[in-house]
Amino acid sequence: MNFSNAIEIKGLTKRYGPVVALDRIRLEVRRGELFGLIGPDGAGKTTLFRLLTTLIDPDEGQASVNGMDTATEYRNIRKTIGYMPGRFSLYPDLTVDENLAFFAALFGTNLRDSHDLIDPIYRQIKPFRTRRAGKLSGGMKQKLALCCALIHRPSVLFLDEPTTGVDAVSRSEFWDMLAELKAKGISILVSTPYMDEANRCDRIALINEGKVLGIDTPQGIVSGFNAPLFALHGDDMFGLLKAARCYAGVRTCYPFGQTHHLVTESGFNAVRFIETLSAEGFSAIELYPVEAGIEDVFIQRMENESGQSHIG
Amino acid sequence: MRTLLILLDKEFRQFIRNSFLPKVALIFPLMIMLVMPWVMTLDVRHIGIAIIDNDRSSLSNRLIRKTDASDYFTLISVPERYDTAFALLEKGDADVIIEVPDGFEQSILLGNPKKMRITANGVNALKGNLGSQYAVRIITQTLTELQREQGIDLPSTEPIVVENRYNPTLEYRNYMIPALMIMLLIMLCGFLPSLNLVGEKETGTIEQINVTPVGRFTFTLAKLIPYWIIGLVVLSIAMLLAYLVYGLSPVGSLGAIYLAAALFVLTMSGLGVTIANGSSTMQQAMFVMFFFVMIFVLMSGLITPVASMPEWAQWITRFLPPRYFIEIMQAVYLKGTTVKELWANYTALTAFAIILNLLATLTYKKRS
Repeated sequence: MNFSNAIEIKGLTKRYGPVVALDRIRLEVRRGELFGLIGPDGAGKTTLFRLLTTLIDPDEGQASVNGMDTATEYRNIRKTIGYMPGRFSLYPDLTVDENLAFFAALFGTNLRDSHDLIDPIYRQIKPFRTRRAGKLSGGMKQKLALCCALIHRPSVLFLDEPTTGVDAVSRSEFWDMLAELKAKGISILVSTPYMDEANRCDRIALINEGKVLGIDTPQGIVSGFNAPLFALHGDDMFGLLKAARCYAGVRTCYPFGQTHHLVTESGFNAVRFIETLSAEGFSAIELYPVEAGIEDVFIQRMENESGQSHIG
Repeated sequence: MRTLLILLDKEFRQFIRNSFLPKVALIFPLMIMLVMPWVMTLDVRHIGIAIIDNDRSSLSNRLIRKTDASDYFTLISVPERYDTAFALLEKGDADVIIEVPDGFEQSILLGNPKKMRITANGVNALKGNLGSQYAVRIITQTLTELQREQGIDLPSTEPIVVENRYNPTLEYRNYMIPALMIMLLIMLCGFLPSLNLVGEKETGTIEQINVTPVGRFTFTLAKLIPYWIIGLVVLSIAMLLAYLVYGLSPVGSLGAIYLAAALFVLTMSGLGVTIANGSSTMQQAMFVMFFFVMIFVLMSGLITPVASMPEWAQWITRFLPPRYFIEIMQAVYLKGTTVKELWANYTALTAFAIILNLLATLTYKKRS
């Protein structure tokens, strides 16, 4: 059996009525890799997780985890994977320790067996071991859920938006924990709507509306951005956005934090652009070239995709 | 087996820890057994009666005394005239009027009795109907006594003796109590596990369970067993209460009752799981469950006997499992009927248990 890939997905399609949640997805997660699924809400990330964790069946295509087919060998897959759903789904009326003991027992193991694996995480929630899971804070719940997902020493870990709704410090801590788990040889598939977290992954897949827009390392993804990019700032931000979008030579302009990002044609004349806008009455205009981020790539590919589908 | 024990341990922990369920499991049977039999009674007692005594003989006097002493009647007044009595009837104070004709005793002694008049208020049909029947009975009894004491021959009053077997005082309560126990089992073993299962769907915990190697069957079984135990314990408590409070103990064997209860509990939980399988929210499950409970309560002979329903309705009741269980409970409790004599009912319950649990298994999907 070829075990080089932890997850292999070939032409996976899932429909909910007329809605195509996943459209011929194709990707591979290598053994020991920390792989990120990046995409907005509704991109189909959760559906992909539910397919891979054998909770639902695909309409078309095929997927395998640890070389086992999700449709036929789901019983064996369940023994070797850990899943942390996007929504907290442990028993809120059982205590931290009871939840852990319960899931350990279901897998026929106990806390001691996986001590080395979960201890770094468990140590942080140990002070609350007798507290009911429902009464924990968001960050604590998430750590408990991760412990429960790891209790049977899975070789592949599925984490569906583990950092959604968690504060920035806890998020960063969480990614540190994932790095540790990866160091222990666990393959991890993690999804997130936060583009800034993508850099913590070995490789990422950009997903939008059920389609994969690109798979590469975060650096590879960023270097694939193939147009000049500028940041634009001024007094009347909304007016600037509208004016820039009408300007010939500007492909797209979109708000990006404090500034607007401006994607232009290759022969773009920045000086003339500022002059023109000043003549139109805009003041305090700043325009400077910036490095593209993952979000810029995402927006570019999303527009290419929709442009293609309009033509096609 | 080990997995089942782990799951059961979890279910019991959750049940006991729930701030609401253990209390309900305790208060519900107490409420049903201690309050309902007093409220849900069709026993007619304290019928208001007015007697117009035109005779003023020892016989009429005896009738009045006897009526006054009876538990069935409350003697409202002994008016002079029929008009006064009728006014009482119209006001609703009196339900029945007996008018004793002038020279009644004399006419009996002469062997040519005069006719008495009984007037009953038919607005409350049951009270009026039963009231006039009771009135006839009490008059007959008085005359029989007179006949026995004085050795008078009364040609026209052949006393009709109506004897109600099995429930001698025709107490509706004795009839109700076994049926009320069934209500408890419907709620505890059908309703609660159904809501519990849907609850796991609503909180999302089923997701986490579904990715473990736990089988569906084991998981569902672990949900049902606690309620089977709770159901049978509550049934025992209810039977004990029936004995302590109402002095009602089964004439038949306890084994016959528990066998039927076990079959019924299986049937109800099968129905509960089937409904839970088809529902994604508690509201949905609750509403469907209510639908069935209403039909069960109103059509299974719990309140009104099946035999007094129109024929088409009786035909429908054949598809209602509680109907068979109610018949068993009432027969075993009041008549002491054996399992052998009730084999048809036991067979029907077994069939329902098999069908509904099969349905529950078939509608159960771990993967969608």
